[in-house]
Amino acid sequence: MDHTSGLEKILRGAAIALVLVFFLFPIAWIFLMSLQTNETILRIPPSLAFTPIIDNYTALITGQLRTAAGSLQLNFMQNMFNSVMLSVCSVALSLVLGVPAAYAFARFKFRLGEDIAFTLLSFRFAPALLVLLPLSLYFKTLGLTNTYIGLIWVYQLICLPLILWIVRGYFEDISPDIEHAYRIAGNSWWKTFTRISIPLAKPGIAAAGLLAFIFAWNNFIFALILASADKQPVTVGALAFVTASGIQYGQIAAAIIISITPTLALALYAQRYLVEGLSMGAVKG
Amino acid sequence: MAELVIARVDKIYRSRKGSVHAVKALDLVVKPGEIVALLGSSGCGKTSTLRMIAGFEEVSSGSITLGGKAIHTLPPAARGVAMAFEAYSLYPPLTIGENMSFALKASKLPQAEQDRRVKSMAEMLEIADILNKYPTSVSGGQQQRASLGRALVRDAGLYLLDEPMGQLEPQLRAVLRGRIKHYLREHNCTTILVTHDQTEANALADRIAVMEGGVLQQYATPAELKARPANLFTGAFIGEPPMNVFTADANVSGDQVTFTLEGGAALAYPAAELSAELRGRLARTPKIALGIRPHALRLGGGVVRGKVVACQWLGDQTHVAVDVAGRTVVSVSQERVSRAPGSDVGLSVAARDLHLFDPASGKAIAHGGTLA
Repeated sequence: MDHTSGLEKILRGAAIALVLVFFLFPIAWIFLMSLQTNETILRIPPSLAFTPIIDNYTALITGQLRTAAGSLQLNFMQNMFNSVMLSVCSVALSLVLGVPAAYAFARFKFRLGEDIAFTLLSFRFAPALLVLLPLSLYFKTLGLTNTYIGLIWVYQLICLPLILWIVRGYFEDISPDIEHAYRIAGNSWWKTFTRISIPLAKPGIAAAGLLAFIFAWNNFIFALILASADKQPVTVGALAFVTASGIQYGQIAAAIIISITPTLALALYAQRYLVEGLSMGAVKG
Repeated sequence: MAELVIARVDKIYRSRKGSVHAVKALDLVVKPGEIVALLGSSGCGKTSTLRMIAGFEEVSSGSITLGGKAIHTLPPAARGVAMAFEAYSLYPPLTIGENMSFALKASKLPQAEQDRRVKSMAEMLEIADILNKYPTSVSGGQQQRASLGRALVRDAGLYLLDEPMGQLEPQLRAVLRGRIKHYLREHNCTTILVTHDQTEANALADRIAVMEGGVLQQYATPAELKARPANLFTGAFIGEPPMNVFTADANVSGDQVTFTLEGGAALAYPAAELSAELRGRLARTPKIALGIRPHALRLGGGVVRGKVVACQWLGDQTHVAVDVAGRTVVSVSQERVSRAPGSDVGLSVAARDLHLFDPASGKAIAHGGTLA
């Protein structure tokens, strides 16, 4: 870094600024939209001069949406709760199932092992709509339609392959001899797994868990088809703002801001794990 | 402190691409308190053997007994063996000191005793000053010593050391060899070390097991390996520089035995210098492989003539490469010799320095004039 000239520094700064504007502008714009009424959002030409209002947020939180056509009931906070519920539970379940499975795939060669791992990954290849039709029929028969359990189950299609394949790579990077050293010192297989392998793979598990959480949070299609309003997450809930009297841009923007806040906060918090995860071995625990 | 018996152990790695027979019908007995080196080139099966003893690899067939107890079906934790790993395998989140004392946690020793042991072990291995550092912040050599210390600090029936000093600088290695040997003796530790460095094997081990291609070639003391190699492989593998090997025809006639080397040169000895049994054997099967150690190949005199290719004084010995009938042989002498390259030189070998092998099977026929 000491060798860079002044010009290089300026060019690098300009490039970084460009990337930041590209990625952050939509978020900033949506944030500004969320503080405006539909009238100020839709005026031509757009202007940055407006009086900020928080009506959009209060409408979402209280569940009362007043439009020109009258008052409308919203259950956005219920959607928000559903999102948290579905994402947290499905990631937790995926971790419980996926981490030991990833360890098995990383450490042991067994019959059909690679095929099973690949099959799990292939869930990510198939378009969701492909599996949805048979799934919705099964769910009707099993009585799982519009239940949290059913949705969490389906969300495993999103979370499990992700966690399995990412964490597997981390386990493979840990030298088996570190586990051997622990086992030969008189410790059982299970103790070695919980005391040595999992802590060493923790950055990877955190990174995989975070990614799975974001994917689960952002999922739209599963809940749209398999659940009705009271079990639907925010992604589906936002459809409610497309009302008979027009699209409520202000509320949509506010809903987006509220709904990205948890994932954003989580990502910022877990950022150091992601960095650690990527430079495993170089960073001391 | 326990006897290790490896009986007819095989290791076969099976995969879709086929199977590899890594260890073949290995028989090995390590007496209580004995230090044994498994010596061989890469892929000879020595590490597989070690890992089978430790329990990280399954035994395909055969049995391993430690102190009278069959251990080859037990999990590693129940075998009562300590191991130092070639790749160190220290626990990254723990300091060097914690790594070493970690191995003692299960021993239920009083804390003060654990600390004392770790400290004295660290002093012996000269890592006392880095006990508070983390593995990633110390050098490879220090990590290796920490890994070795972690194994030796434990009370175990058997110590397994996989290339324990490969990363150390030569001076330190020489010092530590002495200390480690003394430590193992003093504590009467039954030890198996795996190495490809014969100096290390010679310096540390009571007996050396030479392996090649998964087969135990010879199991003997370092001196015996040098003086009486069981076959051509061991003869050529042990010793630095390696043994000069010729194919030769023996001719027993009256009171003289002549070995005609490939290329026509001949070595002649009075019949009395070779035992009667050996003469009889040579008369029946004259085709042999003749091995001569470089230090036994004397310059000057003799009927074998050659041209000096290179002559190098190493400070304590001279290596002279000589071209004999189209082949280059090496002679080592303890004195300072100077011969100009291209000059003509005579070579001689005493009958007691001859190693005769069967050229087909490689098995030793005779050493120093008597049947092997």
